[in-house]
Amino acid sequence: MYRIVRKEKLNANVTRMSIDAPHVAVHANVGQFIMFRVYEFGERVPLTIAGVDREAGTVDIIFQTIGKSTRLLAEKEAGDTIYGFVGPLGQPSELEGYDRALVIGGGVGTAIAFPSAVKLNRLGTKVDVIAGFKNKDIVFLEDEFRAASENLYVMTDDGSYGEEGFVTNKLKQLLDAGEKYDLVVAIGPIPMMKAVVAMTKEKEMKTLVSLNPIMVDGTGMCGGCRVQIGGQTKFACVDGPEFDGFMVDFDDLARRNRSYLSEEEDRDHACRLQIAAEQFDHDDPVQNKE
Amino acid sequence: MSTRNMSPVKVDMPSQEPLIRAKNFKEVTHGYTEEMALEEAARCLQCKHKPCIQGCPVNVQIPDFIRLILERDYQAANEKILETNVLPAVCGRVCPQENQCEKYCVRGIKGESVAIGRLERFVADYVRDNTELKPEKYKMNGNKVAVVGSGPAGLSCAGDLARMGYEVTMYESLPEGGGVLVYGIPEFRLPNHIVRHEVRQLRAKGVVLERNMVVGRSITIDELFDKHGFEAVFVGSGAGLPVFLGIPGENAVGVYSANEYLTRSNLMRAYDSRYDTPIRHSKNVAVVGGGNVAMDSARTALRLGGENVHIVYRRSFDEMPARSEEVHHAQEEGVIFENLTNPIAVKMGQQGEVIGLTCIRMELGEPDDSGRRRPVPVPGSEFDIDVDTVVIAVGTNPNPLIKSTTKGLEVTDWGGIVTDESGATSRPGIFAGGDAVTGAATVISAAGAGKVAAAAIDKYIQEKNA
Ligand SMILES: Cc1cc2nc3c(=O)[nH]c(=O)nc-3n(C[C@H](O)[C@H](O)[C@H](O)COP(=O)(O)OP(=O)(O)OC[C@H]3O[C@@H](n4cnc5c(N)ncnc54)[C@H](O)[C@@H]3O)c2cc1C
Ligand SMILES: Cc1cc2nc3c(=O)[nH]c(=O)nc-3n(C[C@H](O)[C@H](O)[C@H](O)COP(=O)(O)OP(=O)(O)OC[C@H]3O[C@@H](n4cnc5c(N)ncnc54)[C@H](O)[C@@H]3O)c2cc1C
Ligand code: SF4
Ligand code: SF4
Ligand code: FES
Repeated sequence: MYRIVRKEKLNANVTRMSIDAPHVAVHANVGQFIMFRVYEFGERVPLTIAGVDREAGTVDIIFQTIGKSTRLLAEKEAGDTIYGFVGPLGQPSELEGYDRALVIGGGVGTAIAFPSAVKLNRLGTKVDVIAGFKNKDIVFLEDEFRAASENLYVMTDDGSYGEEGFVTNKLKQLLDAGEKYDLVVAIGPIPMMKAVVAMTKEKEMKTLVSLNPIMVDGTGMCGGCRVQIGGQTKFACVDGPEFDGFMVDFDDLARRNRSYLSEEEDRDHACRLQIAAEQFDHDDPVQNKE
Repeated sequence: MSTRNMSPVKVDMPSQEPLIRAKNFKEVTHGYTEEMALEEAARCLQCKHKPCIQGCPVNVQIPDFIRLILERDYQAANEKILETNVLPAVCGRVCPQENQCEKYCVRGIKGESVAIGRLERFVADYVRDNTELKPEKYKMNGNKVAVVGSGPAGLSCAGDLARMGYEVTMYESLPEGGGVLVYGIPEFRLPNHIVRHEVRQLRAKGVVLERNMVVGRSITIDELFDKHGFEAVFVGSGAGLPVFLGIPGENAVGVYSANEYLTRSNLMRAYDSRYDTPIRHSKNVAVVGGGNVAMDSARTALRLGGENVHIVYRRSFDEMPARSEEVHHAQEEGVIFENLTNPIAVKMGQQGEVIGLTCIRMELGEPDDSGRRRPVPVPGSEFDIDVDTVVIAVGTNPNPLIKSTTKGLEVTDWGGIVTDESGATSRPGIFAGGDAVTGAATVISAAGAGKVAAAAIDKYIQEKNA
């Protein structure tokens, strides 16, 4: 059993928790993830490591309530325990050696991108951040991002906070203005990452994306997380989850992630459908803006 | 002693009716009653030269334990088996006996061999069900050994070392101990409670099981030595990396590796609605492969509601590597065998979902390296099987994680850890055995390797500290 040390609501649907897991904390690096299981009957669900306190032996996670497992986790309070917490899994990000980086996060992807911004900043890289949210009510981590970046651009779909538009609108603006980055990190819904990569590829700006295929074990055993990278099959849990965005077959990933839609619907109808629908409408810049 | 039973056939083992069992996850066979076991044991001729023993990879003293059954001293029979095989309840159920012990039984010359596996199972089940677990810890000698993986190799190595007095800690990446025995082999063939009993017994005797610990990630082998004071490490991490076919459409929604399919169903209990992990409940399923893993996948598909479940196998029944009992059970349950057939593409629908499997017929040509006749495609014989789920069960390789996080550990080109016959690897103090060394093999060979390594580890530590 693993104890929840701290819990904080970042917005109505996004929660940050610190979990007591010394073995994970000792080895955790930016870019890696854990798999949690709330209770004995629960699924194993992957979440990116959002922060670590090695001395205290705790690991932070930031997650959006999407379906049953994340809802059950969000219902837990500090002091409660959960059944499983395994990690760190996957490859650490390679962030050394860049002068100027642009970190782009969309929705809950903003949380997943957060540690990359912090690490780049600590390595002496000049960091700009574009963080995209649906509206004012769900903006989170603003102060933390500001502290880790030179320029922070907060975007909301409806303009209720920061600037109006999608992260790709801001990216286009920056690229058109001739801004140069030697690394772009883009993390968010698949259509967002696909759209970002389409733009950065034109400028030949190296772009890392973090993929979120469906996972069972997270250790290379099931092959459920297989993704197509440059025409080759890779397992996101051991070879990734970060990959060179130019090489990723996003359409294949989008298709595979719909695998359990009907099963999950049966199980957790109301809650999930509503949120997933909102998320998909809003986070798809390609479908919605053009 | 009772009189000899000269029946040419084995005493039948009761089992659930095929069409009923094909819809539930309860164990297919019920095992012998005491009377049946006594009757079957009386078929053994107690041969002086004991030919059956050479067929058993760990040399279970077969005539001896059968004699003890006849003497109704089941406790002693169990102990006799345990001298060389730590997992009799498991091996009695899943060993490919027809290629091992029973292959050499003299009764098999003119009739059926003695049902050695069923007798072994009877003894282990009888003793488990009729004796209290005595949680008596072994006396510790103060030396620490770590075991990576809790499959048959790890369990048997840990068991032997603990008996010798070592303080053993097993590190397991999954949430339960047992390896393939819990995540791969289904409940209807090897009930989980049997494996759990074995693991519990080890723990009661003082072996520590650290679950959810991925060695190489949550802890490294170097840390086991340097930080945690282990004097030797045994790696029994298995061969869990699935192989895919590389055919078009293999990433369609509804194509599973057997590992994923079975892990969802067994370890995560997707078949039981109280558990959250989802799995497809498909009517039409194709399983590619001809081994135990393929049979288990096909029979799981039936139990998840499959109506037309096909095995697609490129050779014929004669070459099928699965245990013959499993093939037989699968046939009885209604699995459709498409032998001498090879898949060439998965057909994908509008949403990227599986809508069929295109196959080609094969015929057997010249023998290949393995001595089996090589299947070659029959030109123009392509056809489609109408399925919405495809399970790929064509093999697994050792996972590269341990090798990539442990300096100086030599592996073969396919990832198998290189060892000498005692299990010693290229790095002093690190031993290995089971599927991690041999590639996918059998429960008893893995358990045997764990045992051999335990002896080598003991010797290594004794010499080091002398
Ligand atoms: C490496 C990795 C890191 C991740 N990091 C984070 C993170 O830091 N914060 C966060 O909020 N989320 C993260 N995710 C996504 C998160 O794992 C899913 O949102 C989670 O599975 C939802 O579980 P659930 O039971 O609540 O919802 P479910 O009911 O299981 O699923 C809801 C919907 O999501 C789909 N789905 C199921 N599993 C996944 C999956 N693994 N990825 C994408 N879709 C899925 C289902 O088909 C369904 O449509 C990450 C995913 C991966 C693979
Ligand atoms: C579906 C199926 C059916 C089978 N049927 C039969 C049968 O009928 N008869 C038969 O004799 N054999 C059968 N086999 C083969 C047999 O199960 C294996 O040969 C045997 O289990 C190998 O034992 P092992 O201990 O070497 O490895 P495994 O049983 O694979 O155990 C390895 C363990 O190590 C763990 N591990 C791996 N990496 C790490 C790590 N980095 N850190 C921590 N833990 C780790 C794994 O999670 C696993 O629990 C079958 C196999 C499968 C998959
Ligand atoms: S362990 Fe397997 S091979 Fe050996 S005697 Fe028992 S059933 Fe036969
Ligand atoms: S060969 Fe057969 S009959 Fe002879 S001792 Fe072995 S089991 Fe008994
Ligand atoms: S999650 Fe199973 S192989 Fe990646």
